[in-house]
Amino acid sequence: MERHLDEELGRLNTNLLKMATLAEEAIHKSIEALTKGNIDLAKNVIKDDKRIDEMEILIEEEIIDLLALFQPMAGDLRFITTGMHINADLEKIADLTVNISQRVIDLENQPLLKQLEDIPKLADQAKIMVRNAIDAFINRKEELAKEVILSDNKSNELRTRIIKELIFDYMVKDGSTAPRAVPLLLIARDLERICDHASSIAEDVIYMVDAIMIKHHRDRL
Amino acid sequence: MYEFFCNFNSISIKESKNGMSVEIIDKPMTKLNFAKSGVKDKLEKHNVKASVKNFNFYYSDTQALKNINLEIKDNTVTGIIGPSGCGKSTFLRCFNRMNDTIPQIRYEGEILIDGTNIFNSELDVVDLRRNVGMVFQKSNPFPKSIYANIAYGLKINGIKDKSFIAEKVEKSLKDAALWDEVKDRLNKSAFALSGGQQQRLCIARALAVEPDVLLLDEPASALDPIATAKIEELVHELKKNYTIIIVTHNMQQAARVSDYTAFFMMGELIEFDLTNKIFTNPTNKITEDYVTGRFG
Repeated sequence: MERHLDEELGRLNTNLLKMATLAEEAIHKSIEALTKGNIDLAKNVIKDDKRIDEMEILIEEEIIDLLALFQPMAGDLRFITTGMHINADLEKIADLTVNISQRVIDLENQPLLKQLEDIPKLADQAKIMVRNAIDAFINRKEELAKEVILSDNKSNELRTRIIKELIFDYMVKDGSTAPRAVPLLLIARDLERICDHASSIAEDVIYMVDAIMIKHHRDRL
Repeated sequence: MYEFFCNFNSISIKESKNGMSVEIIDKPMTKLNFAKSGVKDKLEKHNVKASVKNFNFYYSDTQALKNINLEIKDNTVTGIIGPSGCGKSTFLRCFNRMNDTIPQIRYEGEILIDGTNIFNSELDVVDLRRNVGMVFQKSNPFPKSIYANIAYGLKINGIKDKSFIAEKVEKSLKDAALWDEVKDRLNKSAFALSGGQQQRLCIARALAVEPDVLLLDEPASALDPIATAKIEELVHELKKNYTIIIVTHNMQQAARVSDYTAFFMMGELIEFDLTNKIFTNPTNKITEDYVTGRFG
């Protein structure tokens, strides 16, 4: 039997996809702004964040209505609560791309400290993790979600390597490099946080599909 | 001094003779422009189908409804909720003057449907009830065949064209989502149907005479959850063509099926608003207590 609730869940799914697309686009643009030193693109990311904020509120209101009006159960309940978490994660991912873009603006007219190697690698890792997490959500792929969670270690390692390099190879040796090193350090931190949010989305997908709480229990993977 | 603005705070790095100091400065988040969910805008475009103005209703000396004012939009579902004896069924029965059969009742004020006061002395009550169909808590099919139940309203309205009646029976049963279940046994007694099917048959019977407004008085309270879900889905479908007012004891049902909800208590309309507003952020404390189960 086709249910009225299915119509509403379909709308929520579509809105979450739109939100995911906007967040992915923001990651892509902020990284491109960094690697190409494109200030206009960085400003664009900051401006577009308002749309993502509005979308977050729209989805959140939609979810509150669904919970209040339909009293969803079992799989429906898990989908809706997962949607609520994913919505928040996507908005935070978008906020982090704003931070990255602001760092790009901070670095305007300053030569890059060094040829960027690990930061683009970490950025690629973040993009892949977010894309896979969303793919896992859309297509209910728990195996892909697990892969996302397990690949988070790689992003932690990259972040630590970048930060150590910036501190010990540059700032400690020559304090005057700090204004150019700190923004890169913060970008690395933000990229790693994007990976954490992708991981968190993947954990929610596993809960949605299998009703298993992975959060704080990686041993259950 | 270098400042790095994050979303929620900024980091300031100051250079001095002793080296660098890092400071995190709290910065308030910029105010967001809230996106509208759109439900309100969509419903506001609907025209007013019925208006209740300064309406009072008395059973002899007892006042059952006190100064009720509200508007019902066309092609929407309006749920009426409230504790037993709050006047919700009395209110529903006013829309097709079903209370007229009770001795010593009287009313003040107006109920307008499509701009016409239904208490107008020149108005034909039979016409009104044709236009404003009603389905009750307990299904009440006639002791006739399934077909005859639907055809009855048409026949007493003087329609004799058999093919027209057959078409209408089929359409009404389809609209009531019952056709597929009964199409092979239209000549069987209506009493052979299950409770849920009998209730949908009563809805089909009401639809056959092409009303504008449907009044549903706890239509699913005697049904099991599956049959209830079917009635609820049906209500959701029917609002595309009809204006529906539903009285229900089941608050969750009102939440699921209605666009607007009216909360009654002791004959007073405590709150009337969009259903999502009533169930997520009611204005009145009494409504909040009722919908959260803190009542009494």
